Amino acid sequence: MADQDEQRSGRGWHADGRPHDAPHWPVQGHRWRHHGDGGPLRRDQEDRLLGGIAAGFAEWRGFSPTAVRIAFVVLGLFSQGWAIPLYLGAWLLIPAKGAETSIGNRARHDSRGIALAVGLASVLCVLLLLTGVLNNGLLETDGWPQVVSVACLALIWRNAPASEQAAMRHLVEPLESLGAGGTRARRGLWIRLAAAVALIIGGLGWLLSAHEKTALLRPLGGLALVAGGLVLLLGPWWLRIARDLVLERQARARAEERADMAAQLHDSVLQTLALIQRRADDPQQVVQLARAQERELRSWLFEGRAPGDADVTFAAGVRQIQRDVEARHGVPVEVVTVGDCPLDDDLGALLAAAREATVNAAKWSGASVISVYAEVEPDQAEVAVRDRGKGFDPDAVPADRKGLAESIHRRMTRHGGSVIVNSARGEGTKVTLTMPRTAAAATPAQPGAGGGAR
Amino acid sequence: MSGPDRVRATPPRVVLVDDHGLFRSGVRAELGRQVEVIGEAEDVGPAIELIERLVPDVVLLDVHLPGGGGQAVITAVKKEHPEVRFLALSASDAPEDVIAVIRAGARGYVTKTISTTDLADAISRVADGDAVFSHRLAGFVLDAFAAAPSAEDVKPSFDPELDQLTSREREVLRLIAQGYTYREIARELYISVKTVESHVSSVLRKLQLSSRHQLTRWAAERRLT
Repeated sequence: MADQDEQRSGRGWHADGRPHDAPHWPVQGHRWRHHGDGGPLRRDQEDRLLGGIAAGFAEWRGFSPTAVRIAFVVLGLFSQGWAIPLYLGAWLLIPAKGAETSIGNRARHDSRGIALAVGLASVLCVLLLLTGVLNNGLLETDGWPQVVSVACLALIWRNAPASEQAAMRHLVEPLESLGAGGTRARRGLWIRLAAAVALIIGGLGWLLSAHEKTALLRPLGGLALVAGGLVLLLGPWWLRIARDLVLERQARARAEERADMAAQLHDSVLQTLALIQRRADDPQQVVQLARAQERELRSWLFEGRAPGDADVTFAAGVRQIQRDVEARHGVPVEVVTVGDCPLDDDLGALLAAAREATVNAAKWSGASVISVYAEVEPDQAEVAVRDRGKGFDPDAVPADRKGLAESIHRRMTRHGGSVIVNSARGEGTKVTLTMPRTAAAATPAQPGAGGGAR
Repeated sequence: MSGPDRVRATPPRVVLVDDHGLFRSGVRAELGRQVEVIGEAEDVGPAIELIERLVPDVVLLDVHLPGGGGQAVITAVKKEHPEVRFLALSASDAPEDVIAVIRAGARGYVTKTISTTDLADAISRVADGDAVFSHRLAGFVLDAFAAAPSAEDVKPSFDPELDQLTSREREVLRLIAQGYTYREIARELYISVKTVESHVSSVLRKLQLSSRHQLTRWAAERRLT
């Protein structure tokens, strides 16, 4: 049962939030589902302090978990003790996020647990009746709801999934060690215990006597003593719980990061490696795949860009040209960019011209590699597209290539830029595109440096 | 890098330091004729010990090594054997790593995708005391020196010359970044190959000695953006 639950908890929120997905759901699950803004109410195991009720509620309604917790504690102070059984009841009945059933649903089949719960509850009843006979009103009013609490707690303790049980054991473990600490720590522990018990008993005595005499200020002294005793007794334990919670959260963040990385590697690298193995007989393809993968991994590792991110800067635009030309024409493109800035119309035109020049080189030059160098300076941006291919005699350009050169030229001059084409037969071609930057585009990238006229 | 336009009496003695055994054996097999591979190491500690024992002409050094990275090896060896030259090699283009290794004292940086002939050429160039800039490194350096140094940047330098590239050096770097060989650059700029080499060496010196904050900050910023 527990194993099954562990498996399912990995399936996530939406899978079990859709009604048609789970016709076999127990009735209890339905009762707590709410088709409000964000799916059903679920206990949030990620961000929990105890059972994850507050965190779950916060996510459900869109509040901050801390606010919900504070509200709950404040309510608890005025509820005459009913807040605790209410909380435990919710823990019992609301399924954890990703789990199939609530703890309560499983507790129905746990006859020994039910017996234990009833037993504990009746013991507490007896105790309360006894104190009632001794006529202590404070314990009586706040005590009765705890009969329910004890029963709920016993059921939760016995029926929670393994992960939750481990967490609970972790919370209680320091308490157990109060009784059976190591030999070294024992002496200090006994002193602490004795002092704490003395404080609590003294404080309670003070409180009870104050209760009878109804003096106004004296109960505060009693409360202070009790609080001091509790801090002394449980302080180190609380500190440890707080620290453990922080550590646990950090560990979870790391695990998520690792999962992200694994997903990325799987989606890209492993897939490509598989493709490469299948196309091992086509070296051209293999090289192309390897290059595309290398580029993607680099941009992810060193530039923090996920594949498919929108290109909003000049340098990113140049890299997009690289990707496209390599994919479409199968010629490797070496790109070096120096500086970067946001795109505007002029730089967009520069990119379009650079793309044409690069495609041109890939189609016609016959070079094995094309080099694209892009530099953004305060007053201008430059792209140099260079190949070591056939080259041509600029005076005897064939008509089809002349058309392309002219189209590049038109694009550039319309935006105030210029084109220089250097080429000689057998020595390759270099197209240098220069575009002045307008003040508006220059300002955000390098403040105070924008002075380029159109 | 330019073609094999230099002839050495003996092939340079090379030590390979890389934590990937597959890569080491690949390089050893490919470079077998042009250089003499006299040792291999895969970790910072053993590498330092080996280099100090063999005193090779050139150490081909992976930027990313377990136990401190390539720069730890350079820093340790340089103390006792300043004559040993390092050529950094990496599959990564993380600029801060590359710049750190160069600033520690490497004579150049090439990527692992470099062709065998280019690598052999780069090794003999470094063995002769020249600097080797891949097109990527040239881009990094231009980028790092691009912004005009602000007042706070200049102050700490004892020599302001170190904080800026001359326009000639920038031209040379631009052409390297565009994939030009030294010989092509010489022809393009109407200077000798020797002059190109001296420009590159001068850039390397500036890169290593400049106390410009910009360099470190640049690398950090690039990482973030």
